[in-house]
Amino acid sequence: MTDALAPTTADRAARLQKGLRRRYARERRFQLYGLLAIGVAVGFLVLLLGRIWTQGNTAFWAHEAAIPVYMDPARIDPAYPQGTNFPQMVAEQQLARLGVTDDAAGRASTEMRQIFSSELKFVAGDMIKADPSLIGRTVTVTAPLSDDADLFFKGEIGRDTPEEQRRVTDRQIGWLDRLQDDGFVKRTFNGRMFTSGDSTEPELAGVLGAVVGSALMLLVTALLAIPIGVAAAIWLEEFAPRNRLSAFIEVNINNLAAVPSIVYGLLGLALFINWMQLPRSSPLVGGLVLALMALPTIIIATRSSLKAVPPSIREAALALGASKTQTVFQHVLPLALPGVMTGAIISMAHALGETAPLLLIGMVSFVPGVATSVAEPTGALPSLIYIWENASERAFHERTAAAIMVLLALMIVMNAAAIVLRRRFERRW
Amino acid sequence: MKFNIFRSHDDRGSGDPTQTPRMGGHVLPAARSDGPDGPTADAVEPTDATAGPALQPRPAEPLGPIKIRARDVSVHYGDKQALHDVSVDIPDKTVTAFIGPSGCGKSTFLRCLNRMNDTIPSARVTGRIEMDGQDVNSKSVDPVLLRAQVGMVFQKPNPFPKSIYENVAYGPRIHGLTTSKADLDGVVEKSLRRAGLWDEVADRLHSPGTGLSGGQQQRLVIARAIAVEPEVILMDEPCSALDPIATAKIEELIDELREQYCIVIVTHSMAQAARVSQRTAFFHMGRLVETGNTEEIFTNPRERRTLDYITGRFG
Amino acid sequence: MSALLFLLPIVLAVAAFVAGRAVAHRRFDGVRPHSRPSQHAALAAIWVAVPALVVVLAAALFGGQVERGLLEADQPAAVVALDDIRRDAFYADVHRVAGGETPLQTWEAPLSADLQSQAVRAGQLDSIRLVGALAAALLAAAIGGLFAFSRIRPDLRARNRVEGWVVGVLLACAAVAVLTTVGIVASLLIDATRFFERVPVQEFLLGTQWSPQTAIRADQVGSTGAFGALPLFAGTFLIMLIAMAVAAPVGLMSAIYLSEYAGPTTRAIVKPVLEILAGVPTVVYGFFAALTVGPAFRAFFNGIGAQLIGGPLDGLGQYLMLVQNQMALVAGGVMGIMLIPFVSSLSDDIINAVPQSLRDGSYAMGATKSETVGRVLMPAALPGVAGALLLAVSRAVGETMIVTMAAGLAARLTLNPLDTVTTVTVQIVTLLTGDQEFDSAKTLSAFGLGLTLFLATLVLNIVAQRIVQTYRQQYD
Repeated sequence: MTDALAPTTADRAARLQKGLRRRYARERRFQLYGLLAIGVAVGFLVLLLGRIWTQGNTAFWAHEAAIPVYMDPARIDPAYPQGTNFPQMVAEQQLARLGVTDDAAGRASTEMRQIFSSELKFVAGDMIKADPSLIGRTVTVTAPLSDDADLFFKGEIGRDTPEEQRRVTDRQIGWLDRLQDDGFVKRTFNGRMFTSGDSTEPELAGVLGAVVGSALMLLVTALLAIPIGVAAAIWLEEFAPRNRLSAFIEVNINNLAAVPSIVYGLLGLALFINWMQLPRSSPLVGGLVLALMALPTIIIATRSSLKAVPPSIREAALALGASKTQTVFQHVLPLALPGVMTGAIISMAHALGETAPLLLIGMVSFVPGVATSVAEPTGALPSLIYIWENASERAFHERTAAAIMVLLALMIVMNAAAIVLRRRFERRW
Repeated sequence: MKFNIFRSHDDRGSGDPTQTPRMGGHVLPAARSDGPDGPTADAVEPTDATAGPALQPRPAEPLGPIKIRARDVSVHYGDKQALHDVSVDIPDKTVTAFIGPSGCGKSTFLRCLNRMNDTIPSARVTGRIEMDGQDVNSKSVDPVLLRAQVGMVFQKPNPFPKSIYENVAYGPRIHGLTTSKADLDGVVEKSLRRAGLWDEVADRLHSPGTGLSGGQQQRLVIARAIAVEPEVILMDEPCSALDPIATAKIEELIDELREQYCIVIVTHSMAQAARVSQRTAFFHMGRLVETGNTEEIFTNPRERRTLDYITGRFG
Repeated sequence: MSALLFLLPIVLAVAAFVAGRAVAHRRFDGVRPHSRPSQHAALAAIWVAVPALVVVLAAALFGGQVERGLLEADQPAAVVALDDIRRDAFYADVHRVAGGETPLQTWEAPLSADLQSQAVRAGQLDSIRLVGALAAALLAAAIGGLFAFSRIRPDLRARNRVEGWVVGVLLACAAVAVLTTVGIVASLLIDATRFFERVPVQEFLLGTQWSPQTAIRADQVGSTGAFGALPLFAGTFLIMLIAMAVAAPVGLMSAIYLSEYAGPTTRAIVKPVLEILAGVPTVVYGFFAALTVGPAFRAFFNGIGAQLIGGPLDGLGQYLMLVQNQMALVAGGVMGIMLIPFVSSLSDDIINAVPQSLRDGSYAMGATKSETVGRVLMPAALPGVAGALLLAVSRAVGETMIVTMAAGLAARLTLNPLDTVTTVTVQIVTLLTGDQEFDSAKTLSAFGLGLTLFLATLVLNIVAQRIVQTYRQQYD
């Protein structure tokens, strides 16, 4: 094909031609490796997100029982309705309805009780408390099913599995089928997932406590890290003399950015908890630790957006007689602000997902309820994920994936905000 | 005997069409057959008042046969057109200089000759460029083989961060031109000798090429280019980063290489063009304004713009 | 309470600013001052707020300790008799009661009365502390204010003074970075030194036996070599090696593909994907490793084992049947995926820093893209890429969540990727979560590990950053 390009010698042309096929094969192979590498990254992301979705989407649904309960006056003390053993009462009524006689050890009623969540007790108790006239009547009580019963209805616990390998007995399966046939079982949106704190009962556990804990923590982090980080960046970029001190500070910042996060956890434990005696597991300590971690990132991001402001702006302001400080605060910083805020939001999103340091400052302990101040013990979203992943109940696994979805959703919102900010206000010089 | 080797829009109508294919007694095959260069184009601009003197026979050095023939070459970078319908013939065994103010398209055109514009995603080349009668932009021409045929030297010396030896051996290695180590050693030595660098580097062939001086680096790059035995060498302002002494050496080298290669050199220095080239083409605003024997261009240009440029009124 | 105290300097500053401006306006009537009235006002505000802030900060930082010192100076006998941990719990409850909450624990007869009496004292001390801090802050602010207001004169260079303060504050903020480093080094060194007093350094670094749990027993401390961290280093190294075996080729190849081959559309899709991968929290990777990759790998190897059992490779089959969910391969592999975007974006920068002229030179010689990449770009970018990989190694060594969730706790010296291994970071987490008594060698050993980890990553980072910096300067 290239014979017209007159080769100097026939030999040279032949060699060129001969190698060509091999070289192009190598070229294609190399390109394929590149595509494969990208395929690995993209494929893994798809796998990861897909897996989290398939594992976690069921957690947003829950099965609850709406059962008619005869509020037996013989068992309920109107003065102290909370003291009543409603689950046992309901279990016995259901056994009677299904025609099952309990044995002396009460095994059947125990198994029946296990179908319902312990929440049944509080739901019924609250109903009586609100309206004592219900005693002696039959009312419909709506309460979640236990985690295992819920998993059974979701198909996570198979009927075909041998009985000793599943947490629901054959007898319970029979009862659950009857309850469903009788229309007592409803599939509803699992609102508790978003409205309650952590619990040892999977069916009652929610992420609210952790979300609030993370939010309080991020508040502390943002209030500390953003002003300090921006100020430090301004000094380094605009005021620092080129001397050993500023060089030393720079080296420090670069190294801090690469210090493993768990080391910050050790710092928090030793400095804030053991030395300063700040409250363990509190958003205050968590926020302080995350602030120190986020600082280098914010400084680096701020510096790069300050650098992007062209020197001509500074020169123009200085030439008009503005002082150095006025130039920086009235002209340079406002122009750099979109970039600064973008960097700050991204580093906050990163801090939101940080886990390791939280484990060391006590955020692995079980904290029910929702914190109302930065000094109270609380969980945080990432540490909640860690705790739930470690839990032995299988129902926590789907909730872990659901909590991950909540965490990722929050991070996506923050990153999207940063992108919008950048798109809207970014200026190219 | 008339020499009308160089053609452009400006001198398209300059003479009798029958004379066009003839040069130096060498008859170009099929010159009439390519479309853009056909009589229709001539008919558009039937006469050109300034063309007259160019047709006068001038004393000129013997030139080789036409090596590269370009017709209506245009280049777009995205929406911007960088080169407008350039048609030119470039003879073999001759140094041809492209001159013109910066941004005039001379480097762009040079990069068309070995299809380096392929490496720029937004670049689009139209028109026809023939090398020995073969369209270089045709699908059947492999840019890899084309570039083995057409060496290139850049503005800034760009030796690879390897040893001097490895730099020169790069081309023969990738193209598989040598079969043995001894063979390769021979090619390296021959190329370095031809580039006039052998005596300076023979004792440190394995030290890094980036450690040489600017002028030596540029000669190393030339040695690297001729190691694959190309037929054409393109030089894109090869001396602009060098001091006068190094420049003199490179110019001397170019003059020596002329005997074996078709050399095209882009330069912003008119003095350099006058010193090293036999043919000169003047580019302005993305168009080829005028081509001719170097002496003719510098002493008696046909175009006003050429005169203004060489006398320093702009550029 | 103390949160409100922090508002005090702000309120005072606002008041001083308003007053200062009024004063300045009055005094500058008819003259042209050096600085504008608001600049004088700002200076006055600084002089009022800063002393108050210093006092409030001091009260917040040291007030608690002083208060506790005073409270414990006069301990009831029953409290003195308690051991340290119980006494801490007791005083924690004292503060809860003083704050109007119910105590966390039930205290026996003499202590329950003491609890109430101490709570009353604590309440008194609390209010004394609050009032004292308030008074001291006001006094400090008044002194500062007197000084500042007396100096509001037309010739005072108030703007320069204010700017001096501003730059000072900026510098102080920059110094926080240094203070953080000092804090890290100090907190690690102090506790690590206490650890190394009990367990010699060489035994810690070179010992091959790691079982801190058993070492709680006093008779074993430092005597059985239970704190030999070599297996942890080996485990960390093994997992790092596996992670880099995944991240280095994949990250590098995707960087090469993106910078040399991919068109704008591909880049527009792949780059965000890599950014998302980089943004996924490590605890999510850990979850995925523990609950998806681990079981899948285990099933895979168990399956192979089942095939091999009874055959010529019976021993291998037996071994593969016993492979568990937690293995170095799972943790290392997932960590490698986590590092891909890190390696890729660093290498992308590095490769793009190689001058275009080298690419042009190679293409002009007739080289194909892969030849240009392999023979010109990579050799040119090698130092930079090496630096980037070192940074990734440092990341892998310090990564905690994936290994904590997927690697396991068994400290053993092995290079078998199918074994359960443990790492330095896993052990730090294990030692410091759950019940811990301070001062035990077990707890302190976490700081020994932390110091080792910090120093190792520090050296890696400094070397890597040096290399990358030198590389960049070469092409600047």
